[in-house]
Amino acid sequence: MKHKTFLWFVLPSGVAMFLFIALPIVSVLIQSVYAPHEQVVIEVENCGPFGCTKATSIDQAATAALREAEPLGRFVGDDIYTNRNHLAFAEIATLWAGAESLGMFWSQLLNLPFYGALAFTLTYTFVVTPGAIILGFLIALSVNAIPRVFRGPTIFFSLLPMIVTPLIGALILFWMIDARGILGTALQAIAGDPTLSVKASTPLTWIMLMVYGIWSSAPFAFVVYYAGLQTVPQDTLESAMIDGASRWERIRYVVLPHLLPLTTFMALIKIMDNFRVFEPIVSFNAAAHAQSLSYFIYSDLGGETRLLSSAAATSVLTILGVAILLSPVLVRTWKSFGKA
Amino acid sequence: MSIAANRRSPLLQTFLGAFLILWLMVAAFPFLWTLWGSFKVEGDFFSKADWSNAIFGTLTEVETGAPFTLDGYYGAWVQEEFWRAALNTLIVVVSVVVISLTFGTLGGYALSRSPYRYAFWLLIIALMFRAMPPITLVSGYLLPFFQWNLWGHLPTTIIVLVAINQPFTLWMLTAFFRNIPKDLDESAMVDGCSQFQAFRHVIIPVMWPGVITTGLFSFLLAYNDFAVTAMLLSKENQTMVPKIASFLGTTQTKGNVMFAVASVVSVTAPLFVLVLFFQRQIVSGLTAGAVKG
Repeated sequence: MKHKTFLWFVLPSGVAMFLFIALPIVSVLIQSVYAPHEQVVIEVENCGPFGCTKATSIDQAATAALREAEPLGRFVGDDIYTNRNHLAFAEIATLWAGAESLGMFWSQLLNLPFYGALAFTLTYTFVVTPGAIILGFLIALSVNAIPRVFRGPTIFFSLLPMIVTPLIGALILFWMIDARGILGTALQAIAGDPTLSVKASTPLTWIMLMVYGIWSSAPFAFVVYYAGLQTVPQDTLESAMIDGASRWERIRYVVLPHLLPLTTFMALIKIMDNFRVFEPIVSFNAAAHAQSLSYFIYSDLGGETRLLSSAAATSVLTILGVAILLSPVLVRTWKSFGKA
Repeated sequence: MSIAANRRSPLLQTFLGAFLILWLMVAAFPFLWTLWGSFKVEGDFFSKADWSNAIFGTLTEVETGAPFTLDGYYGAWVQEEFWRAALNTLIVVVSVVVISLTFGTLGGYALSRSPYRYAFWLLIIALMFRAMPPITLVSGYLLPFFQWNLWGHLPTTIIVLVAINQPFTLWMLTAFFRNIPKDLDESAMVDGCSQFQAFRHVIIPVMWPGVITTGLFSFLLAYNDFAVTAMLLSKENQTMVPKIASFLGTTQTKGNVMFAVASVVSVTAPLFVLVLFFQRQIVSGLTAGAVKG
């Protein structure tokens, strides 16, 4: 294909991605080093019959004019990155100096909003990704073992948790796990504690969010593994059996190596998706117990005061996180594609 | 084709069967439970006293005179004007699917036919864009959109969703077009067609299976999105998913929860139908990227 024709074909898609993905990244970078203008304060001297008093007041007009003239705000460099809500270097130094043990330092560190969100996001990503892959693999094995007639309906129901809107899937579970819902009541009966509430406890909220994560992403792993199992080379399996390989050895040396590339692919997609975990926290109303990086940005952006600079700084740090997580995979893809 | 190598021991077979039944309950029960409960009053949906109330609708019968009630649906669709949100969702979803597929087929076709290295690099960049959490991009949009008065309108949201959708669409359609033999369009070009004419007359008639599969995933992305629609749409332009979130945000007065339950069921219903009719395409789409590497 000629270069010029290629350009015309790719143009619409390329322009859309440039304007709404590449430029916003630049926009986020710029916003993160600017803070909103402070209000312009003027000092007025009121002189009356009893002498003069000085009063300060806010010059609304001047403030508005300044904000109009420089909508980005004032340049503050890395101030936003290092403040308490983000990397919090000063606070960490104080904590480190004051902490009596490593455990205490750690727990205080996780009380800082950014590190708390980072800890939850990473825990979620690295619990849910392998959990969903293993569960999906088991489902694929089971579906593969049942008669062909039942497979269609089974796949239909298995797809539901993944297809349904994340916000809604999480809400449905949340209503069931509510202290008055069926699962919540069942849990209270099992634990023998009528006041038990998943919403009120931090560890239980974390577990619930991860259960949701595994529930909603296992179907993807299932479908991929199920398709993979259909293409396991039957000849190799049979010759392995003739050579005397046990069932376990056939799985270990034929089936698993066949499924390995699928697992890498899935881990890549799932790490990307789980790192942006966001909707379940909204649905579970769990912000008091668990915040993810995405939720942290969302809560800065929403509400009456839109903290754009703070959200921008968190966004930059999140993008860096994604880049670090994916760098090994990207390097690998680049090498393997580069050869081809 | 049950060959000897695939035979399992009865014990394993039983274990797998039991596991599957358990999984099916875990996967389907929450939806059935919520569907059933959406026709009850709040006292039955959350029945602390006796869970069987939720099944038989004891309190629903006391409050409304029948074991089933449409109060939740009436409240959501008529009183809270959920139909407006549904209409907005329809506009957004249809536009996003049509525009993404138009951009995506053109781009994907070119990427699949270009032997040069920059085509490969473009795909890698698209993969990196795919990894960006949408909310980080949203925080980049807000300030410029406020400045230029673009915030709050449906067209803005549509084009943003199209852009966020592009990396995935490009990857999927490129993989799909690679499977259409090059000879097809090359022979058309030998006969005197330009590249675009070859695409128009030879490729377009055979590309529909791949386009439909990709379209399903574009649909799901636009329909299921919360981060972009919640932050970029004004209250009157809200689509269904952020509207449900706002039901939750308002103080949970009695009955309001049931509005949310009814609208949750309303949003899930089209997805059920979608899976019912397009199960094969969804499965093949999910595995397309994986199996081919």
